[in-house]
Amino acid sequence: MSELRRPVECGVPDSKQFMHPALVRNYGQWAFHDRPRPGVLRHVSDSGEAVYTVKAGTQRQMDVHTIRALCDIADTFCDGHVRFTVRSSVEFMTTDEAKVAPLIERLEKDGFPVGGTGNSVGFISHTQGWLHCDIPGTDASGVVKALMDELVDEFKSEEMPNRVKITTSCCQINCGGQGDIAINVQHTKPPVINHALVAGVCERPAVIARCPVAAIRPALVDGKPSLEVDEKKCVCCGACYPPCPPMQINDPVHSKIAIWVGGKHSSTRSKPMFHKLVAAGLPNNAPRWPEVAEVVKKILAVYKADARAWERMGEWIERIGWPRFFELTELPFTKYHVDNWRGGRANLNASAHLHF
Amino acid sequence: MSKKMPPTPMLDQLESGPWPSFVTGLKRLAEDGDKPSAKIMKGLLGQLEHSYQTRKGYWKGGTVGVFGYGAGVIARFSEQAAQFPESSEFHTLRIMPAPGFFYDTKTLRQMCDIWEEHGSGLIALHGQSGDIMFQGCRTEQVQPAWDKLNEMGFDMGGAGAGVRTAASCVGPARCEQACYDTLAAHRAIINDFTDDIHRPSLPYKMKFKFSGCANDCANATQRADVAILGTWKDDMQVDQDEVKAKVKQLGRKEFINQVIRMCPTQALGLNDDDTLDVDNKSCVRCMHCINVCTKALKPGKERGICILVGGKRTLKIGDLMGTVLVPFMKLETEEDFAGLVELAHNMLDFFADNALEHERTGEMIERIGLVNYLEGLGLELDVNMINQPRTNSYIRTDGWDEEARKWAERKNSAAE
Repeated sequence: MSELRRPVECGVPDSKQFMHPALVRNYGQWAFHDRPRPGVLRHVSDSGEAVYTVKAGTQRQMDVHTIRALCDIADTFCDGHVRFTVRSSVEFMTTDEAKVAPLIERLEKDGFPVGGTGNSVGFISHTQGWLHCDIPGTDASGVVKALMDELVDEFKSEEMPNRVKITTSCCQINCGGQGDIAINVQHTKPPVINHALVAGVCERPAVIARCPVAAIRPALVDGKPSLEVDEKKCVCCGACYPPCPPMQINDPVHSKIAIWVGGKHSSTRSKPMFHKLVAAGLPNNAPRWPEVAEVVKKILAVYKADARAWERMGEWIERIGWPRFFELTELPFTKYHVDNWRGGRANLNASAHLHF
Repeated sequence: MSKKMPPTPMLDQLESGPWPSFVTGLKRLAEDGDKPSAKIMKGLLGQLEHSYQTRKGYWKGGTVGVFGYGAGVIARFSEQAAQFPESSEFHTLRIMPAPGFFYDTKTLRQMCDIWEEHGSGLIALHGQSGDIMFQGCRTEQVQPAWDKLNEMGFDMGGAGAGVRTAASCVGPARCEQACYDTLAAHRAIINDFTDDIHRPSLPYKMKFKFSGCANDCANATQRADVAILGTWKDDMQVDQDEVKAKVKQLGRKEFINQVIRMCPTQALGLNDDDTLDVDNKSCVRCMHCINVCTKALKPGKERGICILVGGKRTLKIGDLMGTVLVPFMKLETEEDFAGLVELAHNMLDFFADNALEHERTGEMIERIGLVNYLEGLGLELDVNMINQPRTNSYIRTDGWDEEARKWAERKNSAAE
């Protein structure tokens, strides 16, 4: 066996070696930006130099042929430079305004929708799902592809009251994070335990410690050390499943999909907000999840029609009130919407402020 | 003799429609002649179709690594190995991109060539933490693939209970709103924490994210234990001629609706001559008016960072937003950057010493209280850390006079 090579612990490389030279030239010297059309940004520096950015959607999980196709475009139009956004859109930068139209044409021809700027529905940030995750309740890339097919016109235009950030997560850990709309798996039944395997696979005290409601206890089952779940306490969060795979939480029927709205990271206007539950019990209906798409489209349509310019979804709902939100979206309001977790009282209406 | 393509009737339905299809990409790889990647992908497509048919996942974790590191490879072994042997091992290499996700095509093409030779040919740009995810690699190919990526000047990302890969917004590279150099701060922090990234030994994960202003394009506030956001201390910059032009463009009523009324602290007014009246003492640096009037308004000149601590998602106690730890800190000189790195190390050390197993920084602060955390780090109390003072009278205040004296001392020394 050959000698193993020691890693070079270099950390992250300097970005400037990869940047378009115009960005290096004007680094930290930008004066303002505007958007000549949806999908295009223009940044002007103090020196007067302008950089045009054309933004396009990708499938995020890319085969090398797709990446090479993007490289061909960057070589043709942008001197071989490209960047990606936090939400997996791709950005091509050029100082030549004449290149913008042919660049857009080429991207569209090659199947990359141009958009995602300003007050549009951006690409859906998502997780790994059945493709690579060890604990997924559903797929991620497939849900996102199906939804983006439905929302592509909103990606390509800037007609929303404010930007809309959608996320998906294939379990309740929610790697997708906060979103104006979050589409997350919601398990509805306690884990099904394979008692023959627990002792051999799971570090039982660690599993017990994971449970947020102290519903897991050590137990002897068929003479073997195992774990049992107090099903009356269990909130079906799935936290025990990653450290203990014999506690199977995923179920083809009972792992449902829930929709949350009004999450936001930015401190712009209002302080950051968590997304709130508005719909649950939707079937995990591969390959196109039509029931999920229907609810998402309904919420987006109501928001688009009713919100004021610059109101993010959560801000719009704060203004119109939750009764009006449920009325406009025609979603059922159930006992499950009422928070009963620690600190949940803060989510009750402690006032005589009422909407009729 | 290459193996036949597996039938994928459900996945095929994700090939139609206007959005780029990852399934088409997987198939392109699977049909790529006799390449090793084609073989792996045929298996993967078979297993993914099986997941779609049965609505269940079939990957199990494990331990696969590279020489010298204890993290960075996400091992996946198939529970359906007998049925889909070609993709029975489908590990991911997490590789940290340059801050801001900048590439030249030479680099991307080189990465594609390496991954076609050693892996499945499937690359995610990027994962939720900000890694380049080289997805789908057999165990024996992990080391050779890593050696080549490392020789290109790239390093492995974080996984497990260590410092994780960071993410940053585009920053001063292409944004006039960046109040500090997000890319430089990202690099300064991460490259000083490589040991904690590659050899995880913390109670649980620790994430840093960098956004140049309150718009938080890197989604730091709730997705990072340590969110570093740009802000400014002095007055916002106003170009009144451009304000007038904006009023003209939008019309008075719409300017009032979109700019004045939307200010969260009512710090703005429109003067009779269509110039902007700004009450900077009431301004909370939220960025809204600056977003709407990109030519007329700009952050002030005395720029720096604020640090929010404790953001995380649900497990275990519920979701937490980051809260203010350092309201303002300059970040311009080498000393400033060294100070930020030192603070980050102190935060990590305190977390390593005091957090419970599988507890995040925010949960630890929830358990011990912010004041204990501040004392542990030797940081000064600031009124910006709270929404409002306590509402509950269950507190023992017998050190009041001493604390009030400390406050007065601090105020006086700041005034000198």
